[in-house]
Amino acid sequence: MTDTTQSAGTRHGDPYATGQDTTTGKVFTVTGQDWDSVVSGVDLEADERVVVNMGPQHPSTHGVLRLILELDGETVQELRLGVGFLHTGIEKNMEYRNWVQGVTFCTRMDYLAPFSNEAAYSMACERLLDIEHDIPEKAQVMRVLLLELNRISSHLVAIATGGLEIGALTVMTIGFREREICLDLFELITGLRMNHAFIRPGGVAQDMPPGALEQIHEFVRLMKKRLPEYADLCNANPVFRARLVDVGYLDLAGCLALGASGPILRATGHDWDLRKRQPYLGYETYDFEVVTWDSCDSYGRFRIRVEEMWQSLRIVEQCAERLQGLEDAPVMIGDKKIAWPSQLAVGSDGIGNSLDHIRHIMGESMEALIHHFKLVTEGFRVPTGQAYVPLESPRGELGCHVVSDGGTRPYRAHFRDPSFAHLQCAPAMSEGGQVADVIVAVASIDPVMGGVDR
Amino acid sequence: MTGDKPTDDKPTGDKPTDDKPLGEGSLEAKPAEERSVADKSLHDQSIIVSDDPGPLPPHQDLDVVDVREGMFGVSGSGDTSGYGGLVRRVAVPGSTDRPYGGWFDAAADRLWGALASTGVSDALAKVVVHRGEITFHVHREHLLPVMQNLRDDPGLRFEFCSGVSGVHFPGEAGAELHAVYHLLSMTHNRRVRVEVSCPDDDPHIPSVVGVYPTNDWHERETFDFFGIVFDGHPALTRIQMPDDWPGHPQRKDYPLGGIPVEYKGATIPPPDERRAYN
Repeated sequence: MTDTTQSAGTRHGDPYATGQDTTTGKVFTVTGQDWDSVVSGVDLEADERVVVNMGPQHPSTHGVLRLILELDGETVQELRLGVGFLHTGIEKNMEYRNWVQGVTFCTRMDYLAPFSNEAAYSMACERLLDIEHDIPEKAQVMRVLLLELNRISSHLVAIATGGLEIGALTVMTIGFREREICLDLFELITGLRMNHAFIRPGGVAQDMPPGALEQIHEFVRLMKKRLPEYADLCNANPVFRARLVDVGYLDLAGCLALGASGPILRATGHDWDLRKRQPYLGYETYDFEVVTWDSCDSYGRFRIRVEEMWQSLRIVEQCAERLQGLEDAPVMIGDKKIAWPSQLAVGSDGIGNSLDHIRHIMGESMEALIHHFKLVTEGFRVPTGQAYVPLESPRGELGCHVVSDGGTRPYRAHFRDPSFAHLQCAPAMSEGGQVADVIVAVASIDPVMGGVDR
Repeated sequence: MTGDKPTDDKPTGDKPTDDKPLGEGSLEAKPAEERSVADKSLHDQSIIVSDDPGPLPPHQDLDVVDVREGMFGVSGSGDTSGYGGLVRRVAVPGSTDRPYGGWFDAAADRLWGALASTGVSDALAKVVVHRGEITFHVHREHLLPVMQNLRDDPGLRFEFCSGVSGVHFPGEAGAELHAVYHLLSMTHNRRVRVEVSCPDDDPHIPSVVGVYPTNDWHERETFDFFGIVFDGHPALTRIQMPDDWPGHPQRKDYPLGGIPVEYKGATIPPPDERRAYN
């Protein structure tokens, strides 16, 4: 029913379709009644909109994230996110384990930054116990060391997977190459590559193993050689810049409204870093800079992450220096009613409780035996109240809200995970842009679904 | 009250919350004198623990939110141990008197003033200062003006909301469900906590998405896990659990689930059926 019909109608002198002036565009011959509103209600444009369901198993959605895109051609009209595929009830489970065991659960949430989870939870527990100022210095330094090494390994994954998703495969391979060295360090210090449960209420689980400091120095030396490779590959690369610059734009007002922190917030030029602004674990005594960028886009977030790895290396060096002067210092609080009693040691039949400790509780001290028994079977009690401890995880503000009813288990433990808050920014960053830019925007958020869903 | 940390003058106002069951080992970092102040027999076998929390800082009281009986999760058996007669009152830090210490007083005054100028005079149920953190307990009908003022008043300017977390106190009649908001002022480098409660049979709290859009997902999560209905939320649906999931998993009456595990002939019960010391 286009203008051809119309001209045919005029030709035959149709009495109901005379007086049509229009000869171009869409013209309908059904006239004489109030069909205009009906016609305008049939939006032909809507037919060209396609709803695309991306994920939850799409390789470029950073884990099990479901993106529901409404596309008009290549343009994203609407973006909605579906999460919850990785929900494992960690917070609920923690309510049924004692305070120390909780670390074993929360380390599995944001699996790329496990030490941040552990540290936030342990510090919240310590605040309720009112022992924040009694944590030994060496434990604090080791926590900072691990947190900063973890920041490097986490940023490496962010850059590597982000590169993979835009087709920069070499960025991925070198990113995971360096991360592997980080994980080797974790394995040396904590015994595990992931899920460490190493930072515990009262301190850390183990002392530094022999030879660890040399390994750390070796790591720093190597990283200083290899970190420039990322800048060489990406910073001025025209393809890389074309994909990232001005993509995933979110300005300061958007960040505050949507609760964005970390590299996303610092990419707006706001130098908000909890390590500087609300120092914990003695961060005020370390020498480092807060990195900002003022482009509000994915490229700025990438540059911030690379530069933050340099800053983390500085902190790691300072930690190693301090640890050199802290040999044989305690790594767990002195209070025997809180401190996990045993230290592990390698015996003739493999790793296990140290023989010194067994000798102590079995042969020397009845009280030590009682403490050991009570702590292991029942756990310590934490005074009633609630605490919220935030820290600067690689992704932003990770907060742990714990409530105690005075018992041996957390009454409620809630984690404010930065990935969870940041994913809400994805529609604001992507709507109106190209569909390929959604991938870049989500990659620049660097969400970890284990933390989002918990 | 001997030998403990000296009464410090920092703005924490913490106190020895004495909730130790009688006979429990010395597992708390507090001296024994502080612990069982009121081990008095109520009737036959009952022993009340933490009825009287012992010497407190003069400016803070305790709110009993729950009363527990027995131990190890055993009930209905011929208890010969005496633990079945234990009664434990769970008391959380309650209202704190002024001065709160530090910047807390100035911020509270500022909030009072801002609320009064908008015609709200009785928004705050109580103010709790504990462990260096300040909590404003707000009546739910006044949550929105409080949040709006906390965000917009130049002297308060809490522009960053870290989301909302739910807590379920089944024993606190009339206020079983709590919603806890953590706010951060980047301008003044401060943090406050805002706590709202609602009864289980009327689980409604106004949504603050209009003030803090970031709470969109956080409120959905709290609705999902606790069943708190945030009135005015743009699309209050489940976020973690499937849409057709029955119940709200983080509530205390929702079982953890699990099956007994057999290992080398011995059977280990699921975690929520194991011996409990609470």
